Amino acid sequence: MTKLAPVLSAHWDEKDSFTIEAYTRHGGYKASKKALAMDPDAVIQLVKDSGLRGRGGAGFPTGMKWGFIPQGDNKDHYLVVNADESEPGTCKDTPLLLANPHVLIEGCIIACHAIRAKHAFIYIRGEVTHVVRRLNQAIEDAYKAGHLGNGIELVLHVGAGAYICGEETALLDSLEGFRGQPRLRPPFPAIAGLYARPTVVNNVESIASVPAIIENGAEWYQAMGTEKSKGTTLYSLSGHVKNPGQFEAPLGITLREILELSGGIRSGHTLKFWTPGGSSTPLFTAQHLDVPLDYEGVSAAGSMLGTKALQIFDETTCVVRAVLRWTEFYKHESCGKCTPCREGTWWLVQILRDLENGKGSEADLAKLLDLCDNIMGRSFCALGDGATSPITSSIKYFRDEYIAHVTQESCPFDPVASTLFEGASK
Amino acid sequence: MSFTDKDLVTMESIIKRYPRSRSAIMPLLHYVQSLAGYVTNEGIELIAKLLELETAEVTAVSTFYTQYKRKPVGEYHVGVCTNTLCAVMGGDAIFAGLKEHLGIENDGVTTDGKVSLEHIECNAACDYAPVVMANWEFYDNQTVESAKDLVDGMRAGNPPVPTRGPNSLVTWKEASAVLAGINDGKAHEGLQAGAPTLLGLKLSKEGK
Repeated sequence: MTKLAPVLSAHWDEKDSFTIEAYTRHGGYKASKKALAMDPDAVIQLVKDSGLRGRGGAGFPTGMKWGFIPQGDNKDHYLVVNADESEPGTCKDTPLLLANPHVLIEGCIIACHAIRAKHAFIYIRGEVTHVVRRLNQAIEDAYKAGHLGNGIELVLHVGAGAYICGEETALLDSLEGFRGQPRLRPPFPAIAGLYARPTVVNNVESIASVPAIIENGAEWYQAMGTEKSKGTTLYSLSGHVKNPGQFEAPLGITLREILELSGGIRSGHTLKFWTPGGSSTPLFTAQHLDVPLDYEGVSAAGSMLGTKALQIFDETTCVVRAVLRWTEFYKHESCGKCTPCREGTWWLVQILRDLENGKGSEADLAKLLDLCDNIMGRSFCALGDGATSPITSSIKYFRDEYIAHVTQESCPFDPVASTLFEGASK
Repeated sequence: MSFTDKDLVTMESIIKRYPRSRSAIMPLLHYVQSLAGYVTNEGIELIAKLLELETAEVTAVSTFYTQYKRKPVGEYHVGVCTNTLCAVMGGDAIFAGLKEHLGIENDGVTTDGKVSLEHIECNAACDYAPVVMANWEFYDNQTVESAKDLVDGMRAGNPPVPTRGPNSLVTWKEASAVLAGINDGKAHEGLQAGAPTLLGLKLSKEGK
């Protein structure tokens, strides 16, 4: 049985955990002091050795990303933290920043030193007023304490409600003051990112993981997790479970283990389907309870670790309704730049809506899969690809349920049964 | 509307945050929204002038992002999450209940100007589903009844306290100023974390 391993979340239960006093009380800002005394290349090497990989979904090795920044090029370099947490089901960076914004600031200082950047930006989504307050105050306090302002400037940039800005090049366009639309790659941000300068874009959790790695060493971090997925990470459990919440564990823990230690599915019900890492990662079912939740394990089972957003749905949930709603989301959030995504998601919604309302036909399933085939890999960015994941995976595992909507000419489910307040076990 | 000298000083200070001035468009739009309640034509013209851009360029940005409103919203803007997880857990019922209770549709405003309603996408609080946001503050684990009480409180001038937020709900304009990066001195208020956020840590301390 894998044990939980709180590192990022270790002091969240102290009422003042978000203050600079609490952070320094637990040794905060020691790691940045240590890192600033090191050669920048040695910092990059240490992060490479730790095995830390991106926690925003793609899992790219963080140290290697830092190493791509050209050195001695006499250009400004930038660090940009992606705090635009918007992937459906994903809810880890927001509580992290509410409980401990200083760990991200310290991580920024270390990363800036490593990549020889004098300027860092945190791009946070705009729909979280109190998180913005906390982070803004923390930055002010870090300036007052002299952690910032002595060669490293940090600016908080608040978004305004666009999922696409979580895509790193759309985020950069948005930060430059344009509509948030993805850029053609190459050139990659490491060569031409913000203001066409070498730029590292990292997720909040990736950067927040760095201070502990500097403080405790690469070997300490390496000792946790699995062969190619090192360290601890935040798993976010939500939906039809007894006790939803954040669980920080070594990479490779299974959903079965997380359910066992947290209390399981809500009583009287059974697991039907779940997402391992947000709505853009193909659905899993009860047959995947023992899949190790690390980058390789989830991928080998046909999905993606993504953001480790474990959204749990029990047998009361209509999978067609669930998938329709996600598809409406992708249609709404499509930036409109490329045709497959802009037009494709629109058609997907039309067909799924008919199916859910009992007005579809069996031929619609083939049409859905054909549309997905034309969106996947042909869109400008991963938003279009992600839009196809819930559809193709749900047809794979629940084809009969789609057909039942057609033969019955209506949805066979009662939406009331799946609500928290009406459908809870009697 | 007209802008005061103090407004202009604030806007100049926002521009100075960035190495290149155009990057200030988004916080300036939040700021204009904090003054007028929405992004006015005058606001767009002023931002264009300050950043030496065409008004069309500023308009193009303002219409891309859903948080910028081109017409007035309520003093309290209520967002009900109806993305899949919240919808299934009760968000759809809450949204339908509020529409009926307030007598308005999606994007509507009550006649007294107090409450506006919008269905929103995932707001990164799925372990607290179903979630309702008001002026982008968290109201966790809502029911149809609690959401009705919330809007009734708003209309009576005493909205309930956010679950994970400041000690009292600020207005739409005040929240917009926070999003423009202006410190309202309330960062220390409210919980550091709710119970679901702390569950893993708690279980770990129990030896799990």
